[in-house]
Amino acid sequence: MEFFRIQKDIPFMSYGRLTTTISLVTFILAVFFLGTRGLNYGVDFTGGTVMEVSYPHAADIDGIRKAIDSIDLKDATVQNFGTSQDVLIRLPIKKELSIAQLSEEVTTALKATDSSVEIRRVESVGSQVGDELFENGALALLIVLFGISAYLAMRFEWRFAVSAIVANMHDVVIILGFFAFFQWEFSLTVLAAILAVLGYSVNESVVVFDRVRENFRKMRKAGTVEVIDNAITRTLSRTVITHTLTLTMVGSMLFFGGEVLHYFSLALTIGILFGIYSSVLVACPVALLLGVSRTNLIGDVDKKKKTEGEEEIVA
Amino acid sequence: MNRYPTWKYILIAASVIIGLLYTIPNLYGESPAVQVSPARASLKVDQSLLTKVEAALELAAIPFEGIYLDESGVKVRFSSPEEQLKAKDRLIENLGKDYTIALNLLSQTPNWLLAIGAKPMYLGLDLRGGVHFLLQVDMDAALTKSVESSVGDFRSAMRTEKLNYTGISREALNIKVNFESEAEMEKARRFLGTNYPDLTYNPSGSGSNFTLTATLSPQAKKQIQEFALKQNLLTLNNRINELGVAEPIVQQQGLDRIVVQLPGVQDTAKAKEILGRTAALEVRMVTAHGTRTDARDYFPKKIEDALKGIIPAGSELLYSRIEEPLLVSKRVVFSGENLVSASPKPSQQGGGAEIAVSLDSKGAGSMKLTTRDGVNRRMAVILVEKGKKEVLTAPTIQAELSSKFVITGMENLSEASDLSLLMRAGALAAPMEIIEERTVGPSMGEENIKSGVNSTLWGFAAIALMMMFYYMLFGTVSVTALAINLLLLVALLSMLQATLTLPGLAAIALALGMAIDANVLINERIREELRDGNTPQASIRIGYDKAFGTIMDSNITTLIAGAALFMFGTGPIKGFAVVHVLGILTSMFSSVMVSRGIVNLIYGYRRNKITNLSIGQD
Repeated sequence: MEFFRIQKDIPFMSYGRLTTTISLVTFILAVFFLGTRGLNYGVDFTGGTVMEVSYPHAADIDGIRKAIDSIDLKDATVQNFGTSQDVLIRLPIKKELSIAQLSEEVTTALKATDSSVEIRRVESVGSQVGDELFENGALALLIVLFGISAYLAMRFEWRFAVSAIVANMHDVVIILGFFAFFQWEFSLTVLAAILAVLGYSVNESVVVFDRVRENFRKMRKAGTVEVIDNAITRTLSRTVITHTLTLTMVGSMLFFGGEVLHYFSLALTIGILFGIYSSVLVACPVALLLGVSRTNLIGDVDKKKKTEGEEEIVA
Repeated sequence: MNRYPTWKYILIAASVIIGLLYTIPNLYGESPAVQVSPARASLKVDQSLLTKVEAALELAAIPFEGIYLDESGVKVRFSSPEEQLKAKDRLIENLGKDYTIALNLLSQTPNWLLAIGAKPMYLGLDLRGGVHFLLQVDMDAALTKSVESSVGDFRSAMRTEKLNYTGISREALNIKVNFESEAEMEKARRFLGTNYPDLTYNPSGSGSNFTLTATLSPQAKKQIQEFALKQNLLTLNNRINELGVAEPIVQQQGLDRIVVQLPGVQDTAKAKEILGRTAALEVRMVTAHGTRTDARDYFPKKIEDALKGIIPAGSELLYSRIEEPLLVSKRVVFSGENLVSASPKPSQQGGGAEIAVSLDSKGAGSMKLTTRDGVNRRMAVILVEKGKKEVLTAPTIQAELSSKFVITGMENLSEASDLSLLMRAGALAAPMEIIEERTVGPSMGEENIKSGVNSTLWGFAAIALMMMFYYMLFGTVSVTALAINLLLLVALLSMLQATLTLPGLAAIALALGMAIDANVLINERIREELRDGNTPQASIRIGYDKAFGTIMDSNITTLIAGAALFMFGTGPIKGFAVVHVLGILTSMFSSVMVSRGIVNLIYGYRRNKITNLSIGQD
């Protein structure tokens, strides 16, 4: 079976204006929502306490709220999640109470109201830890971007490095935009997912760039636009198949992974979907715009030809 | 030709076999177990402990499945939780005084696998349930304490040296000593400089008002902080022993933090109380004893009465480690929080060893006051453990003492070091605060494992079906390679005993989802070569070769992302990063070399010319 048997190259680059517009609009929307709504940071970053408690019967949300109010923690949010038996309680940092005391007091208050409560999960993060995690996260993001672009610049050419990074930043901003728009919780695991997506969707650009370079060597008479169009068309099958498979895996996580992996896999899903689009339809036009050409990619063609040989590589 | 040299096939086969061996332990269940480990650092783990445990269980006729000795203690496996609980009670009765008896779960991995080091993966707290604390050590307090102790030292040293100073005070981390003349300041500077070289001295002032400012040198500061952290780690370790946790982790993180992980602990309140407790070391005066005739307060009659239950008010009856009964005053001379250091050293006169003790200014003041009139009395050093008070040692006071003194009379250096360890165990060098707490209930842990494993398996099954359907035989080869990838990844994680967290489980799934990319690339490339009119054999060769460069490039970029995650991630994120990076490495091996090996075996040795490949292309 074969889904993609495309005889003629699809003129992807001629849609440049359309794809750029789409990208720009989504990008601006994402930035807009990031600006107006902001991210709904989880306790990992803001500090505070999240408690997941469970009852053998449907939980009495009002009762829980009263119990927490009774110990003077009025800023708490109490909500059902998953089932009617499971409750999520969020508490902001209180200056006069250490985080250790905070969760203890809530536990005692809840047990006093209904002793059948089961404390399933507690996450308490002090403000200094939150700040640090935030800094480390931002630093990790920068290092990844720098590391990948340095590698691409070395392996290919700076124009490719820049366009891959532009495409990637575009993905990251859009994922963040989704999290801002829906006010999904942005936690450490989501950050990990974003970094993983970053590495993954660069793959996509690498595959296309690899083909572009090869094409420059093979299609001696073709112009840059045709070379890129051909590269994208020839790798299209692989692009779609691979991403469908990876998405299957991520979808399985979204479906079976439970609450903890929910936003993680959601970030991956959005990242992969936009990754396909951007690494092909953002990265390539940007590379074209930056003036990528045969000479700056494979340099002195004749010299390279001798050292690398045509296609006769012996295993 | 599409043939591999024999060593490559052997390499593939060997890695699959090793992968299998190290993956198998994860498939065995766990059986209930009891772990016996020493509650005090001075107790040794050896064969005799094993014999003791074995004897106790045999005496009580509690059947057990296996008993082992390892570096942390003795572990006994049982066939049912009832036997486990019975054994625990029995062992607490017999050995509970000196040993921590904890419930645990042990893998049922057979011994021959354990012998080659094959163990199941090490599960993180989010998968097995338990508490995680991150504690911040207050280093400023440690420094302040040390400087304050120096103030006391200066004062008494300058007094004995007859150096005239008008005042001494501590300002932040500086000590200011005031003098009336420059000459006196110079004299003091020379004296202090030679005797206390840890500090740097800055003279200033004019007229009749001169000030010598002593500041801790950066090395001294670092030393104090390192010491404080080490001391707190030790204290925490000792306290956690009380909790009876099977595999606690107490680790330094960064320069001023400590991570405490207590798997299986549900009673977080108790854990917090024990972690946060202050000084459990108390030094008090002995009011009556019945052994040393030459020391004051030799009242054997009072001790006899006390043993009968007649205890004078203000005193209590305590026993020393050699079971000597002592009547001890309830008034505390100084406690663990005043202790700056206690270190063993060989005795100056004669054989034996002694402990050099150093106190902060508060402790020194109190000590001075008590010992001034207390020469030839005995002083009890008491360790309060699990609410039980034990007299570590009760030396006789030889002279008026202050911030620095020695406790003599230890037989040898190892006894002195045991004792000093116990003294320090009761003290925190600096206060600590819990700045992060994560608790996962046991049912939650199980659910997390289930969701992680389910997502991996179902995802894998779906990918396998799609691959086999779309690429036929080549798809099947890819799926086999992917399965081997999973096998190698799990084996590697088991070998390294890296902590597996829920994000780590997600990383396994993701690694598989991403690894398949390499095989898709290869298969697509082979199809393309076929389409371009190449022979099947040539297409396989060219397909693999051309795809390899691309696979390398794309994996390296993914590796960069993984490495950054590893460097900057903490806790669960680090777990994700480790698996992510290992997954990339195993996938490079399996999706390229293993799948090629299989393809070579299928197509490389055919005598007849192959006309088409089973790669789903018509």
